[in-house]
Amino acid sequence: MKVKEYLKEVKNKKVSVVDTISSILEEAKKLNKEYNYFNTISENQALQQAKLIEKNPKGKLAGLPISVKDCLCVKDIESTAGSKILKGYKPPFTATAVQKAINEGAIVIGKTTQDEFGFGSFSINTELKPKNPYNKDRVCGGSSGGAAGFTAITKHPHIAIAESTGGSIVNPASFCGVAGLCPTYGLVSRYGLIDYASSLDKIGPIAKTIEDIQLMLSVISGYDPKESTSLKDNPKKDSKVKEIAIIKESLNINPEIKDLILSKVEKYELISLPTVKKYSIPTYYLIAMAEASTNLARYCGLRYGLHQELKGNFDDYFSSVRSSAFSKEAKRRIILGTFARMAGFRDAYYLKAMKVRSLIIEEYKKAFKKFDILISPTMPITAPKFSEVNKLTPLENYMMDALTAGPNLAGLPHLSVNAGFIEKMPVGIMYITNHLEENKLLNAKLT
Amino acid sequence: MVWLKLDKELIQKVAKNARLSLTESEIKEFLPQLKEILDSFSEIDKAPTKNVKPSFQPLEIKNVYREDKVEPSLTQEEALANTQHKEKGFFKGPRAI
Repeated sequence: MKVKEYLKEVKNKKVSVVDTISSILEEAKKLNKEYNYFNTISENQALQQAKLIEKNPKGKLAGLPISVKDCLCVKDIESTAGSKILKGYKPPFTATAVQKAINEGAIVIGKTTQDEFGFGSFSINTELKPKNPYNKDRVCGGSSGGAAGFTAITKHPHIAIAESTGGSIVNPASFCGVAGLCPTYGLVSRYGLIDYASSLDKIGPIAKTIEDIQLMLSVISGYDPKESTSLKDNPKKDSKVKEIAIIKESLNINPEIKDLILSKVEKYELISLPTVKKYSIPTYYLIAMAEASTNLARYCGLRYGLHQELKGNFDDYFSSVRSSAFSKEAKRRIILGTFARMAGFRDAYYLKAMKVRSLIIEEYKKAFKKFDILISPTMPITAPKFSEVNKLTPLENYMMDALTAGPNLAGLPHLSVNAGFIEKMPVGIMYITNHLEENKLLNAKLT
Repeated sequence: MVWLKLDKELIQKVAKNARLSLTESEIKEFLPQLKEILDSFSEIDKAPTKNVKPSFQPLEIKNVYREDKVEPSLTQEEALANTQHKEKGFFKGPRAI
Protein backbone atom coordinates (compact mmCIF):
# COMPACT_ATOMS: atom_id res chain seq x y z
CA MET A 1 0.00 0.00 0.00
CA LYS A 2 1.17 3.50 -0.81
CA VAL A 3 2.04 5.86 2.06
CA LYS A 4 -0.71 8.35 1.21
CA GLU A 5 -3.44 5.70 0.98
CA TYR A 6 -2.26 4.09 4.19
CA LEU A 7 -2.30 7.39 6.10
CA LYS A 8 -5.85 8.02 4.90
CA GLU A 9 -6.98 4.58 6.02
CA VAL A 10 -5.36 5.06 9.43
CA LYS A 11 -7.27 8.33 9.87
CA ASN A 12 -10.51 6.60 8.91
CA LYS A 13 -9.62 3.67 11.20
CA LYS A 14 -9.90 1.23 8.30
CA VAL A 15 -6.48 -0.27 8.90
CA SER A 16 -4.86 -1.38 12.14
CA VAL A 17 -1.68 0.52 13.03
CA VAL A 18 -0.70 -2.24 15.47
CA ASP A 19 -1.04 -4.91 12.75
CA THR A 20 0.95 -2.82 10.27
CA ILE A 21 3.74 -2.14 12.76
CA SER A 22 3.86 -5.81 13.87
CA SER A 23 4.04 -6.88 10.27
CA ILE A 24 6.81 -4.47 9.24
CA LEU A 25 8.81 -5.39 12.38
CA GLU A 26 8.57 -9.08 11.44
CA GLU A 27 9.65 -8.22 7.90
CA ALA A 28 12.58 -6.12 9.16
CA LYS A 29 13.75 -8.87 11.53
CA LYS A 30 13.50 -11.54 8.86
CA LEU A 31 15.29 -9.43 6.23
CA ASN A 32 17.99 -8.42 8.66
CA LYS A 33 19.31 -11.99 8.86
CA GLU A 34 20.06 -11.83 5.16
CA TYR A 35 20.44 -8.15 4.26
CA ASN A 36 21.72 -6.23 7.34
CA TYR A 37 19.53 -3.15 7.01
CA PHE A 38 19.22 -2.40 10.75
CA ASN A 39 21.70 -1.99 13.60
CA THR A 40 18.78 -1.92 16.04
CA ILE A 41 15.12 -2.82 15.59
CA SER A 42 13.11 -0.99 18.25
CA GLU A 43 10.30 -3.49 18.57
CA ASN A 44 8.95 -2.70 22.04
CA GLN A 45 8.93 1.06 21.64
CA ALA A 46 7.33 0.81 18.18
CA LEU A 47 4.54 -1.50 19.34
CA GLN A 48 3.81 0.63 22.40
CA GLN A 49 3.52 3.71 20.26
CA ALA A 50 1.39 1.89 17.68
CA LYS A 51 -1.20 1.04 20.34
CA LEU A 52 -1.47 4.69 21.39
CA ILE A 53 -1.74 5.97 17.82
CA GLU A 54 -4.28 3.36 16.81
CA LYS A 55 -6.62 4.73 19.47
CA ASN A 56 -6.01 8.33 18.56
CA PRO A 57 -4.53 8.81 15.07
CA LYS A 58 -3.41 12.44 15.02
CA GLY A 59 -0.85 14.19 12.83
CA LYS A 60 0.35 14.23 9.23
CA LEU A 61 2.21 10.92 9.62
CA ALA A 62 -0.11 9.15 12.07
CA GLY A 63 0.80 5.46 12.19
CA LEU A 64 3.52 5.62 9.54
CA PRO A 65 6.51 3.31 10.10
CA ILE A 66 9.77 5.19 9.66
CA SER A 67 13.39 4.06 9.87
CA VAL A 68 16.12 6.38 11.11
CA LYS A 69 19.77 6.34 10.06
CA ASP A 70 21.89 5.23 12.98
CA CYS A 71 23.66 8.60 13.27
CA LEU A 72 20.46 10.34 14.40
CA CYS A 73 19.84 10.16 18.14
CA VAL A 74 16.58 8.60 19.26
CA LYS A 75 15.85 8.60 22.99
CA ASP A 76 16.45 5.24 24.69
CA ILE A 77 17.23 3.46 21.38
CA GLU A 78 20.85 2.47 20.81
CA SER A 79 22.39 4.99 18.39
CA THR A 80 25.92 4.19 17.24
CA ALA A 81 26.39 5.93 13.85
CA GLY A 82 27.73 2.53 12.78
CA SER A 83 30.72 2.82 15.12
CA LYS A 84 32.06 0.43 17.73
CA ILE A 85 33.02 3.40 19.89
CA LEU A 86 29.33 4.19 20.45
CA LYS A 87 28.30 0.60 21.25
CA GLY A 88 25.58 0.63 23.88
CA TYR A 89 24.93 4.36 23.69
CA LYS A 90 21.27 5.11 24.35
CA PRO A 91 20.74 8.85 23.89
CA PRO A 92 18.80 10.68 26.62
CA PHE A 93 17.16 12.84 23.92
CA THR A 94 15.83 12.67 20.35
CA ALA A 95 17.14 14.55 17.30
CA THR A 96 14.85 17.43 16.26
CA ALA A 97 14.14 15.99 12.78
CA VAL A 98 13.06 12.65 14.25
CA GLN A 99 11.10 14.30 17.06
CA LYS A 100 9.16 16.36 14.51
CA ALA A 101 8.19 13.15 12.67
CA ILE A 102 7.21 11.48 15.97
CA ASN A 103 5.13 14.53 16.91
CA GLU A 104 3.19 14.00 13.67
CA GLY A 105 2.49 10.38 14.61
CA ALA A 106 5.36 8.56 12.86
CA ILE A 107 6.62 5.37 14.52
CA VAL A 108 10.36 4.61 14.60
CA ILE A 109 10.92 0.93 13.80
CA GLY A 110 14.72 0.97 14.00
CA LYS A 111 18.13 2.42 13.24
CA THR A 112 19.51 1.75 9.78
CA THR A 113 23.02 0.59 8.98
CA GLN A 114 25.64 2.95 7.59
CA ASP A 115 29.37 3.45 7.15
CA GLU A 116 30.96 4.36 10.47
CA PHE A 117 30.10 8.06 11.04
CA GLY A 118 29.27 8.27 7.30
CA PHE A 119 32.85 7.50 6.26
CA GLY A 120 32.25 5.69 2.97
CA SER A 121 30.34 5.38 -0.27
CA PHE A 122 29.37 1.70 -0.02
CA SER A 123 28.34 1.04 3.62
CA ILE A 124 31.18 -1.43 4.04
CA ASN A 125 33.14 0.50 6.70
CA THR A 126 31.06 -0.94 9.50
CA GLU A 127 30.20 -4.24 11.16
CA LEU A 128 26.81 -4.96 9.55
CA LYS A 129 27.15 -4.35 5.82
CA PRO A 130 23.80 -3.89 4.02
CA LYS A 131 23.30 -5.89 0.83
CA ASN A 132 21.66 -4.59 -2.33
CA PRO A 133 17.97 -5.54 -2.61
CA TYR A 134 18.42 -6.34 -6.31
CA ASN A 135 21.49 -8.54 -5.88
CA LYS A 136 22.94 -9.68 -2.58
CA ASP A 137 26.48 -9.84 -3.97
CA ARG A 138 26.36 -6.09 -4.49
CA VAL A 139 26.49 -3.13 -2.11
CA CYS A 140 23.66 -0.73 -1.27
CA GLY A 141 25.87 2.32 -1.65
CA GLY A 142 26.55 4.63 1.22
CA SER A 143 26.70 5.92 3.61
CA SER A 144 22.91 5.63 4.17
CA GLY A 145 22.95 2.08 2.77
CA GLY A 146 20.53 0.45 5.21
CA ALA A 147 17.99 3.26 4.74
CA ALA A 148 17.91 2.92 0.93
CA GLY A 149 18.05 -0.89 0.90
CA PHE A 150 15.13 -1.28 3.29
CA THR A 151 13.09 1.44 1.55
CA ALA A 152 13.44 -0.44 -1.74
CA ILE A 153 12.60 -3.89 -0.42
CA THR A 154 9.84 -3.34 2.16
CA LYS A 155 6.31 -4.32 1.22
CA HIS A 156 4.90 -1.85 3.75
CA PRO A 157 4.30 1.90 3.71
CA HIS A 158 7.54 3.41 5.03
CA ILE A 159 9.80 6.47 4.73
CA ALA A 160 13.44 6.63 5.86
CA ILE A 161 15.19 9.57 7.50
CA ALA A 162 18.77 9.60 6.26
CA GLU A 163 21.76 11.96 6.23
CA SER A 164 24.27 13.19 3.65
CA THR A 165 27.68 14.78 4.00
CA GLY A 166 29.12 14.24 0.51
CA GLY A 167 26.46 12.18 -1.26
CA SER A 168 25.20 9.73 1.36
CA ILE A 169 21.52 10.16 0.49
CA VAL A 170 21.51 10.19 -3.32
CA ASN A 171 24.25 7.57 -3.74
CA PRO A 172 22.40 4.69 -2.01
CA ALA A 173 19.08 5.92 -3.43
CA SER A 174 20.62 5.53 -6.89
CA PHE A 175 22.12 2.08 -6.21
CA CYS A 176 18.88 0.77 -4.67
CA GLY A 177 16.44 2.32 -7.18
CA VAL A 178 14.56 4.64 -4.81
CA ALA A 179 14.20 8.42 -4.40
CA GLY A 180 16.38 10.46 -2.05
CA LEU A 181 16.50 14.17 -1.34
CA CYS A 182 19.37 16.01 0.26
CA PRO A 183 17.91 19.43 1.13
CA THR A 184 19.55 22.87 1.35
CA TYR A 185 22.17 23.04 4.11
CA GLY A 186 20.41 24.22 7.28
CA LEU A 187 16.84 23.54 6.13
CA VAL A 188 16.53 20.51 8.44
CA SER A 189 17.93 20.93 11.95
CA ARG A 190 21.04 18.91 12.75
CA TYR A 191 20.33 18.96 16.50
CA GLY A 192 20.80 15.41 17.73
CA LEU A 193 22.79 14.29 14.72
CA ILE A 194 26.03 12.48 15.50
CA ASP A 195 28.17 14.81 13.39
CA TYR A 196 30.55 13.86 10.62
CA ALA A 197 31.46 17.29 9.16
CA SER A 198 29.41 20.14 10.57
CA SER A 199 29.57 22.49 7.57
CA LEU A 200 28.45 19.69 5.24
CA ASP A 201 25.96 17.46 7.11
CA LYS A 202 22.35 17.54 5.94
CA ILE A 203 19.39 15.40 7.01
CA GLY A 204 16.86 14.31 4.38
CA PRO A 205 14.38 11.61 3.39
CA ILE A 206 14.71 8.46 1.29
CA ALA A 207 11.41 7.05 0.01
CA LYS A 208 9.75 5.13 -2.82
CA THR A 209 8.17 8.21 -4.39
CA ILE A 210 8.75 11.96 -4.71
CA GLU A 211 5.34 12.49 -3.10
CA ASP A 212 6.58 10.69 0.04
CA ILE A 213 9.80 12.74 0.02
CA GLN A 214 7.75 15.92 -0.13
CA LEU A 215 5.58 14.80 2.77
CA MET A 216 8.54 13.94 5.02
CA LEU A 217 10.43 17.13 4.12
CA SER A 218 7.39 19.24 5.05
CA VAL A 219 7.46 17.60 8.50
CA ILE A 220 11.18 17.59 9.35
CA SER A 221 12.27 20.97 7.93
CA GLY A 222 12.09 24.31 9.71
CA TYR A 223 14.00 26.61 12.04
CA ASP A 224 15.30 25.14 15.28
CA PRO A 225 16.63 27.50 17.97
CA LYS A 226 18.69 24.58 19.33
CA GLU A 227 20.85 24.51 16.20
CA SER A 228 23.03 27.49 15.33
CA THR A 229 23.21 26.78 11.57
CA SER A 230 19.47 26.18 11.21
CA LEU A 231 17.91 28.44 8.57
CA LYS A 232 15.05 30.80 9.33
CA ASP A 233 13.91 30.77 5.69
CA ASN A 234 11.45 28.32 4.16
CA PRO A 235 11.85 26.81 0.70
CA LYS A 236 10.69 29.24 -1.99
CA LYS A 237 7.14 28.76 -3.25
CA ASP A 238 7.98 29.06 -6.93
CA SER A 239 8.14 25.63 -8.50
CA LYS A 240 8.22 26.55 -12.18
CA VAL A 241 11.02 24.88 -14.12
CA LYS A 242 11.82 26.62 -17.38
CA GLU A 243 15.44 25.94 -18.26
CA ILE A 244 17.27 22.68 -17.70
CA ALA A 245 20.91 21.89 -18.38
CA ILE A 246 22.91 18.70 -18.26
CA ILE A 247 26.35 18.97 -16.68
CA LYS A 248 28.71 18.25 -19.54
CA GLU A 249 31.58 16.80 -17.50
CA SER A 250 29.27 14.31 -15.80
CA LEU A 251 28.69 12.47 -19.06
CA ASN A 252 32.24 11.14 -19.34
CA ILE A 253 31.11 7.84 -17.89
CA ASN A 254 29.85 4.40 -18.87
CA PRO A 255 28.05 5.09 -22.22
CA GLU A 256 25.08 2.95 -21.20
CA ILE A 257 24.45 5.14 -18.14
CA LYS A 258 24.96 8.26 -20.26
CA ASP A 259 22.40 7.14 -22.87
CA LEU A 260 19.88 6.24 -20.22
CA ILE A 261 20.20 9.66 -18.55
CA LEU A 262 19.92 11.53 -21.87
CA SER A 263 16.82 9.54 -22.80
CA LYS A 264 15.09 10.90 -19.67
CA VAL A 265 15.43 14.57 -20.55
CA GLU A 266 13.53 16.03 -23.47
CA LYS A 267 14.81 19.55 -23.87
CA TYR A 268 18.10 20.62 -22.42
CA GLU A 269 21.33 22.49 -22.95
CA LEU A 270 24.78 21.34 -21.93
CA ILE A 271 26.62 23.33 -19.28
CA SER A 272 30.27 23.08 -18.37
CA LEU A 273 31.29 23.29 -14.70
CA PRO A 274 35.10 22.91 -14.88
CA THR A 275 35.86 24.11 -11.33
CA VAL A 276 33.35 21.68 -9.86
CA LYS A 277 34.82 18.85 -11.92
CA LYS A 278 38.43 19.63 -11.11
CA TYR A 279 38.33 20.53 -7.44
CA SER A 280 35.22 18.99 -5.83
CA ILE A 281 36.83 15.80 -4.57
CA PRO A 282 39.98 17.23 -2.91
CA THR A 283 38.05 20.23 -1.56
CA TYR A 284 35.29 18.08 -0.16
CA TYR A 285 37.60 15.54 1.45
CA LEU A 286 39.95 18.09 2.99
CA ILE A 287 37.06 19.98 4.60
CA ALA A 288 35.20 16.82 5.60
CA MET A 289 38.26 15.19 7.17
CA ALA A 290 39.36 18.34 8.99
CA GLU A 291 35.90 18.77 10.50
CA ALA A 292 35.54 15.04 11.22
CA SER A 293 38.82 14.97 13.12
CA THR A 294 37.55 17.65 15.50
CA ASN A 295 34.07 16.13 15.81
CA LEU A 296 35.55 12.73 16.66
CA ALA A 297 37.72 14.20 19.42
CA ARG A 298 34.78 13.78 21.81
CA TYR A 299 34.96 9.98 21.77
CA CYS A 300 37.22 8.93 24.59
CA GLY A 301 35.43 6.16 26.51
CA LEU A 302 34.41 8.36 29.38
CA ARG A 303 30.87 9.64 29.13
CA TYR A 304 29.17 7.18 26.74
CA GLY A 305 29.79 4.32 24.35
CA LEU A 306 32.70 1.92 24.66
CA HIS A 307 34.46 1.88 28.02
CA GLN A 308 37.62 0.24 29.24
CA GLU A 309 39.05 -0.19 32.72
CA LEU A 310 40.44 3.18 33.90
CA LYS A 311 44.19 2.62 33.65
CA GLY A 312 47.14 4.92 33.10
CA ASN A 313 46.86 8.68 32.62
CA PHE A 314 44.21 10.32 30.44
CA ASP A 315 46.41 10.25 27.33
CA ASP A 316 46.98 6.50 27.65
CA TYR A 317 43.32 5.81 28.41
CA PHE A 318 41.81 7.95 25.61
CA SER A 319 44.33 6.63 23.06
CA SER A 320 43.68 3.04 24.07
CA VAL A 321 39.88 3.33 23.74
CA ARG A 322 40.07 5.24 20.45
CA SER A 323 42.68 2.99 18.86
CA SER A 324 40.75 -0.17 19.73
CA ALA A 325 37.35 1.08 18.50
CA PHE A 326 37.81 3.23 15.39
CA SER A 327 37.98 1.43 12.04
CA LYS A 328 40.93 1.87 9.69
CA GLU A 329 38.97 4.34 7.55
CA ALA A 330 38.10 6.45 10.60
CA LYS A 331 41.78 6.43 11.60
CA ARG A 332 42.88 7.51 8.11
CA ARG A 333 40.40 10.37 8.11
CA ILE A 334 41.31 11.50 11.63
CA ILE A 335 45.01 11.53 10.70
CA LEU A 336 44.51 13.41 7.42
CA GLY A 337 42.05 15.83 9.04
CA THR A 338 44.32 16.51 12.02
CA PHE A 339 47.23 17.01 9.65
CA ALA A 340 45.28 19.48 7.47
CA ARG A 341 44.54 21.62 10.54
CA MET A 342 48.01 21.54 12.09
CA ALA A 343 50.14 24.66 12.43
CA GLY A 344 52.18 25.05 9.27
CA PHE A 345 49.74 23.12 7.07
CA ARG A 346 46.41 24.79 7.92
CA ASP A 347 46.67 27.55 5.32
CA ALA A 348 47.81 25.22 2.56
CA TYR A 349 45.12 22.60 3.07
CA TYR A 350 42.19 23.59 5.25
CA LEU A 351 41.97 27.30 4.44
CA LYS A 352 42.78 26.73 0.77
CA ALA A 353 39.95 24.19 0.54
CA MET A 354 37.52 26.68 2.10
CA LYS A 355 38.51 29.23 -0.55
CA VAL A 356 38.10 26.73 -3.37
CA ARG A 357 34.67 25.97 -1.96
CA SER A 358 33.82 29.65 -2.62
CA LEU A 359 34.86 29.21 -6.27
CA ILE A 360 32.70 26.10 -6.57
CA ILE A 361 29.65 27.84 -5.05
CA GLU A 362 30.23 30.78 -7.38
CA GLU A 363 30.29 28.51 -10.43
CA TYR A 364 26.97 26.90 -9.48
CA LYS A 365 25.38 30.28 -8.69
CA LYS A 366 26.36 31.53 -12.12
CA ALA A 367 24.74 28.48 -13.73
CA PHE A 368 21.53 29.05 -11.77
CA LYS A 369 21.21 32.54 -13.21
CA LYS A 370 20.30 30.83 -16.45
CA PHE A 371 19.05 27.38 -15.46
CA ASP A 372 16.53 26.18 -12.87
CA ILE A 373 17.83 22.64 -12.68
CA LEU A 374 21.15 20.99 -13.45
CA ILE A 375 21.16 17.30 -14.27
CA SER A 376 23.76 14.58 -14.03
CA PRO A 377 23.86 10.86 -13.37
CA THR A 378 23.88 10.35 -9.59
CA MET A 379 26.71 7.83 -9.68
CA PRO A 380 29.24 7.02 -12.40
CA ILE A 381 28.47 3.28 -12.02
CA THR A 382 25.73 0.91 -10.89
CA ALA A 383 26.09 -0.84 -7.53
CA PRO A 384 29.38 -2.76 -7.54
CA LYS A 385 30.01 -6.18 -5.99
CA PHE A 386 31.46 -6.41 -2.48
CA SER A 387 34.42 -8.24 -4.00
CA GLU A 388 35.07 -5.32 -6.37
CA VAL A 389 34.80 -2.68 -3.65
CA ASN A 390 37.23 -4.58 -1.43
CA LYS A 391 39.92 -4.17 -4.07
CA LEU A 392 39.66 -0.36 -4.25
CA THR A 393 42.32 1.81 -2.62
CA PRO A 394 41.10 4.53 -0.25
CA LEU A 395 41.66 7.16 -2.97
CA GLU A 396 39.67 5.11 -5.52
CA ASN A 397 36.88 4.93 -2.95
CA TYR A 398 36.86 8.71 -2.58
CA MET A 399 36.64 9.16 -6.38
CA MET A 400 33.19 7.51 -6.31
CA ASP A 401 31.83 10.81 -4.96
CA ALA A 402 32.88 12.66 -8.14
CA LEU A 403 29.31 13.65 -9.07
CA THR A 404 27.86 14.15 -5.59
CA ALA A 405 30.64 16.07 -3.79
CA GLY A 406 29.90 19.31 -5.69
CA PRO A 407 26.28 19.93 -4.66
CA ASN A 408 27.10 18.79 -1.13
CA LEU A 409 30.00 21.22 -0.80
CA ALA A 410 27.78 24.05 -2.00
CA GLY A 411 24.88 22.98 0.25
CA LEU A 412 22.57 22.77 -2.78
CA PRO A 413 19.39 20.69 -2.73
CA HIS A 414 19.70 17.59 -4.89
CA LEU A 415 17.35 14.74 -5.63
CA SER A 416 18.04 11.31 -7.07
CA VAL A 417 15.29 9.26 -8.67
CA ASN A 418 15.43 6.01 -10.57
CA ALA A 419 16.02 6.46 -14.30
CA GLY A 420 15.92 2.80 -15.27
CA PHE A 421 18.05 -0.33 -15.10
CA ILE A 422 21.24 -1.61 -16.66
CA GLU A 423 21.79 -5.35 -16.38
CA LYS A 424 19.01 -5.50 -13.79
CA MET A 425 20.71 -2.91 -11.53
CA PRO A 426 19.12 0.51 -10.88
CA VAL A 427 20.55 3.76 -12.28
CA GLY A 428 19.83 7.10 -10.61
CA ILE A 429 19.43 10.50 -12.26
CA MET A 430 20.28 13.54 -10.12
CA TYR A 431 18.57 16.92 -10.21
CA ILE A 432 20.37 19.84 -8.56
CA THR A 433 18.85 23.25 -7.91
CA ASN A 434 19.66 26.52 -6.14
CA HIS A 435 19.46 27.02 -2.37
CA LEU A 436 15.91 26.75 -1.03
CA GLU A 437 14.45 25.85 -4.43
CA GLU A 438 13.40 22.35 -3.26
CA ASN A 439 9.93 22.90 -4.73
CA LYS A 440 11.39 23.01 -8.22
CA LEU A 441 12.74 19.50 -7.64
CA LEU A 442 9.67 18.14 -5.94
CA ASN A 443 6.92 19.67 -8.04
CA ALA A 444 8.50 19.32 -11.46
CA LYS A 445 7.35 16.26 -13.33
CA LEU A 446 10.67 14.49 -13.24
CA THR A 447 11.01 11.10 -14.97
CA MET B 1 51.35 23.81 -1.44
CA VAL B 2 53.64 22.96 1.42
CA TRP B 3 55.82 20.14 0.16
CA LEU B 4 56.37 17.79 2.93
CA LYS B 5 57.92 14.46 3.50
CA LEU B 6 55.18 12.28 4.87
CA ASP B 7 57.07 9.67 6.82
CA LYS B 8 56.63 7.38 9.77
CA GLU B 9 57.71 10.05 12.22
CA LEU B 10 55.19 12.61 10.97
CA ILE B 11 52.32 10.11 10.92
CA GLN B 12 53.12 9.13 14.49
CA LYS B 13 53.25 12.77 15.55
CA VAL B 14 49.86 13.51 13.96
CA ALA B 15 48.36 10.32 15.39
CA LYS B 16 49.60 11.25 18.86
CA ASN B 17 47.95 14.67 18.58
CA ALA B 18 44.72 12.88 17.67
CA ARG B 19 45.08 10.41 20.58
CA LEU B 20 45.54 7.39 18.36
CA SER B 21 48.26 4.81 18.83
CA LEU B 22 48.95 3.11 15.53
CA THR B 23 50.43 -0.36 15.22
CA GLU B 24 53.48 -0.98 13.03
CA SER B 25 51.31 -2.72 10.44
CA GLU B 26 48.83 0.19 10.39
CA ILE B 27 51.65 2.65 9.78
CA LYS B 28 53.02 0.46 7.01
CA GLU B 29 49.58 0.24 5.40
CA PHE B 30 48.60 3.89 5.87
CA LEU B 31 51.83 5.56 4.76
CA PRO B 32 51.57 4.91 0.99
CA GLN B 33 47.78 5.39 1.08
CA LEU B 34 48.01 8.78 2.77
CA LYS B 35 50.83 9.84 0.46
CA GLU B 36 48.73 8.96 -2.58
CA ILE B 37 45.73 10.84 -1.19
CA LEU B 38 47.68 14.00 -0.33
CA ASP B 39 49.41 13.92 -3.70
CA SER B 40 46.06 13.81 -5.45
CA PHE B 41 44.56 16.48 -3.16
CA SER B 42 47.47 18.85 -3.84
CA GLU B 43 45.61 19.54 -7.12
CA ILE B 44 43.72 22.30 -5.29
CA ASP B 45 46.97 24.21 -5.12
CA LYS B 46 46.35 25.17 -8.75
CA ALA B 47 42.99 26.81 -8.04
CA PRO B 48 43.16 30.62 -8.41
CA THR B 49 42.13 31.80 -4.94
CA LYS B 50 43.89 35.15 -4.70
CA ASN B 51 41.48 37.62 -3.03
CA VAL B 52 38.88 34.85 -2.64
CA LYS B 53 37.22 34.68 0.77
CA PRO B 54 36.86 31.27 2.41
CA SER B 55 33.35 29.76 2.73
CA PHE B 56 33.31 28.19 6.17
CA GLN B 57 29.64 27.39 5.54
CA PRO B 58 27.88 26.86 2.20
CA LEU B 59 25.38 29.63 2.98
CA GLU B 60 25.93 32.84 4.84
CA ILE B 61 25.14 32.27 8.47
CA LYS B 62 24.53 34.90 11.10
CA ASN B 63 25.33 34.70 14.79
CA VAL B 64 22.44 33.48 16.86
CA TYR B 65 21.73 35.03 20.23
CA ARG B 66 19.26 34.13 22.91
CA GLU B 67 18.31 35.53 26.26
CA ASP B 68 20.61 34.37 29.04
CA LYS B 69 17.89 32.42 30.77
CA VAL B 70 18.08 28.97 32.35
CA GLU B 71 16.06 26.43 30.39
CA PRO B 72 15.31 22.78 31.12
CA SER B 73 18.15 20.42 30.18
CA LEU B 74 19.30 16.90 31.01
CA THR B 75 19.10 15.86 34.65
CA GLN B 76 22.31 14.75 36.35
CA GLU B 77 21.02 11.18 36.24
CA GLU B 78 20.32 11.38 32.49
CA ALA B 79 23.74 12.91 31.80
CA LEU B 80 25.41 10.05 33.68
CA ALA B 81 23.16 7.30 32.33
CA ASN B 82 25.58 6.19 29.62
CA THR B 83 28.81 6.02 31.61
CA GLN B 84 30.30 3.16 33.60
CA HIS B 85 32.77 5.53 35.20
CA LYS B 86 30.91 7.63 37.76
CA GLU B 87 31.14 8.40 41.45
CA LYS B 88 28.94 10.53 43.71
CA GLY B 89 27.12 12.06 40.75
CA PHE B 90 30.29 12.93 38.82
CA PHE B 91 32.08 11.43 35.82
CA LYS B 92 35.16 9.57 36.96
CA GLY B 93 38.14 10.05 34.67
CA PRO B 94 41.63 8.63 34.31
CA ARG B 95 44.61 10.19 36.09
CA ALA B 96 45.36 13.70 34.82
CA ILE B 97 49.14 13.31 35.14
